[in-house]
Amino acid sequence: MPHIVVENLAKTFQVAERDPGVWGAIRGLAKRRYRTVHALDGVSFSIEPGELVGYIGPNGAGKSTTVKVLAGILVPDSGRCEVQGRVPWKDRIAHVADIGVVFGQRTQLWWDLPVIESFDLLRDIYRVSKSDYTRARDELIAMLDIEPILDVPVRQLSLGQRMRCDLAASLLHSPSLLYLDEPTIGLDAVSKLAVREFITRLNRTRQVTVILTTHDMDDIEALCTRVMVINEGKILSDGTLADLRAGVTKERWLIVDLVNGEDTVTDSAANVVRRDGARVTLAFDPERVPTPELIRRVTANHAIRDLFVENPPIEEIIARIYRETKS
Amino acid sequence: MRNALVLYFQYVGVSIRGQLQYRASFVMQSIGEFWAHVTEFIAIWALFHRFGSIGGWSLPEVALLYGLVNTQWAITDMIGRGFDAFDTMVKSGDFDRVLLRPRATTLQLAGLEFTLRRLGRLAQGLAILVWALVALNILWTPGKVALFVLAVAGGVCLFYGLLVVQATLCFWTVESLEIMNVFTYGGLETARYPVSIYRPNFRRFFTAVVPLACVTYFPALALLGRADPLGSTLVFQYAAPLAGLIFLLVSLQVWKFGVRHYQSTGS
Repeated sequence: MPHIVVENLAKTFQVAERDPGVWGAIRGLAKRRYRTVHALDGVSFSIEPGELVGYIGPNGAGKSTTVKVLAGILVPDSGRCEVQGRVPWKDRIAHVADIGVVFGQRTQLWWDLPVIESFDLLRDIYRVSKSDYTRARDELIAMLDIEPILDVPVRQLSLGQRMRCDLAASLLHSPSLLYLDEPTIGLDAVSKLAVREFITRLNRTRQVTVILTTHDMDDIEALCTRVMVINEGKILSDGTLADLRAGVTKERWLIVDLVNGEDTVTDSAANVVRRDGARVTLAFDPERVPTPELIRRVTANHAIRDLFVENPPIEEIIARIYRETKS
Repeated sequence: MRNALVLYFQYVGVSIRGQLQYRASFVMQSIGEFWAHVTEFIAIWALFHRFGSIGGWSLPEVALLYGLVNTQWAITDMIGRGFDAFDTMVKSGDFDRVLLRPRATTLQLAGLEFTLRRLGRLAQGLAILVWALVALNILWTPGKVALFVLAVAGGVCLFYGLLVVQATLCFWTVESLEIMNVFTYGGLETARYPVSIYRPNFRRFFTAVVPLACVTYFPALALLGRADPLGSTLVFQYAAPLAGLIFLLVSLQVWKFGVRHYQSTGS
C-alpha cells in the first residue's frame, strides 16, 4: 500500500488586490478586488513507504500548499488525499502524531531553553513512552553528534547546530513520514554535508519516507531517488533524475580548457553555451555527434590543455522546465 | 485530561524559566505594573474624596468592585497571553507549528506564556480587594466565601473568553483588533463602578451579551447584602458568575469554528 496517495488535488486562494500608493490603500478599505490563484490545479502522485522524494518548484508554485495539505493543516477544495490510509485534515491529532516536519527557516525548539529540555517537552507533547523516548533520543544524539550542545540554550546555537537539533526534535516520536522544507538553507558546506548524510542514513536504516523541498539542486542530486517538479499548481515532471533530464534534453556538455585563451572554438554539431576565459563550454546532442567524434574534431583543430564531458547541471534542466511552462 | 494538565504545567514551567533568565527585567516590570495601577486607584480615591459616594456606593464598596475586576483581569492577563498576542502568531505563520503538534490548539496557546510581570498588577488588585474586605466588615458565611471564589473564577473565564474571541478574529483580520479592546479594557473600566449608574441599554449589554456585571456587580451585591435598585434576586446574584463560564465555553466553540476557517483558507 502506498504511504501517500494524492489524486486530483485542487486548491484556490482569493488574494486581495490593491492599487499601489496611498489612494489605492484607501480605496482598498472600501472595496476589495480579489484575484483567484490556483495554488493546486489537479495534483496527483503516490509515494511508497521508504521513498526519498525531492519536491521542487519556483516560489509560489504550490509546494508548501501541497505539504500543508499532506500535513493536515490545510483543507483542499477538491481531490483525494490519504496518508497511511488516513485523511490528514479529518483527524489532525492522530495524523500529526505520526509525521515530523522541519522548516529550515524556523525552529520548533524553545528559544530560551537548553536543547535537551526542548526534547523532554516534546516527549510529553507527543506522549512518547519513557523507554521509546530514551532510545530514540540517544540514537539521534549520536547520529547527529549533538551531545556537546545539549545544555546550550537554542538562541546561542549556530545555524548548523540548530538545524541538527531541529532534525533530532522532529524525529523523537519516531514518525514514519518526515517533511523537510529547505533543510540546508544558509548552512556552511560542512553542516550541509552532515545534514545530507543524516537524511540518507535515516531513510536507509529506518525506512522513513522523506519529502524534501529545496532550492539547492546539490541536495536533490545527493539525496533523491525521485524528483517531482511543480509549477503553477501542476506537476510537470515526476521520476528519477535521469528521467527528468531525458524528458527535457539529451544534450551533454563538452568543457575544454584552451591553451590560447584568445582562440575561438566552432563546430557544426555543437554550440558554445558558456565562455569563461580560456574555458569553453560546448553543448551537443550525442545522437547527432558521438562524444568521441566531437572530442577528436575539437582536439584536432585546437590546442587543448584539458577537457571533460558532463551533463548540463540540474539547475539548467529545471530552469528549462519552468520556462517551457511559461510559454 | 490529567495528561493535558500535566503538560499545561510543564509549559508554564518552561515559560517561567525563560522569563527568569532576565531576572532584573522581571522585577522592574512587576514593580512598574504595581505602581502604575496604584496611581490609578488614587484617582478613584480622589473622586470619592470630593463627592463622598457614587450612586449610593461608598469608597470601600466601589473598591470591592475595583479589586474584584482588577484581580480577575490580572489573572487572565497572566495566563492568557498566548491568545492576547495571537495576531503575531498568525502573521508569522507560527500557528502552523501549533497545528502540527498532536495536541489541542487551545491547550498549546494557553500554555504558551505565563506572564510573570503581571504579578505586580495582581498584587495591586488583591491589595485593594483585601483593603475593601477589611474596611467593609463583611459577615462571612461559607456561602459567601464560595460566591467570592466563584465570582473571581467567573470573571477570569469571562475575560479569557474575550481574549479567545479576539484571537479568533485574527483568522479573518489582523487589522481591526482594536474593537476587542472596547470590551476588555472598556469592560474593565466599566465594571469598576456599580452598573446601576449606567444607562439601561449599556447595562443590559454588560449583563446579557458580555456578562461583566454577572461576575462583579451582582455577586458584590450579595456579598455586601445590599438591595439591588435594579431588582435582582439573591438567587440570581449567587448564580450570576456562572455566566462567565458559559461565555468561555461559547468562545471556545467560536474558536473551533475559526480554526476550521483557517484550515480552509490557509491565511
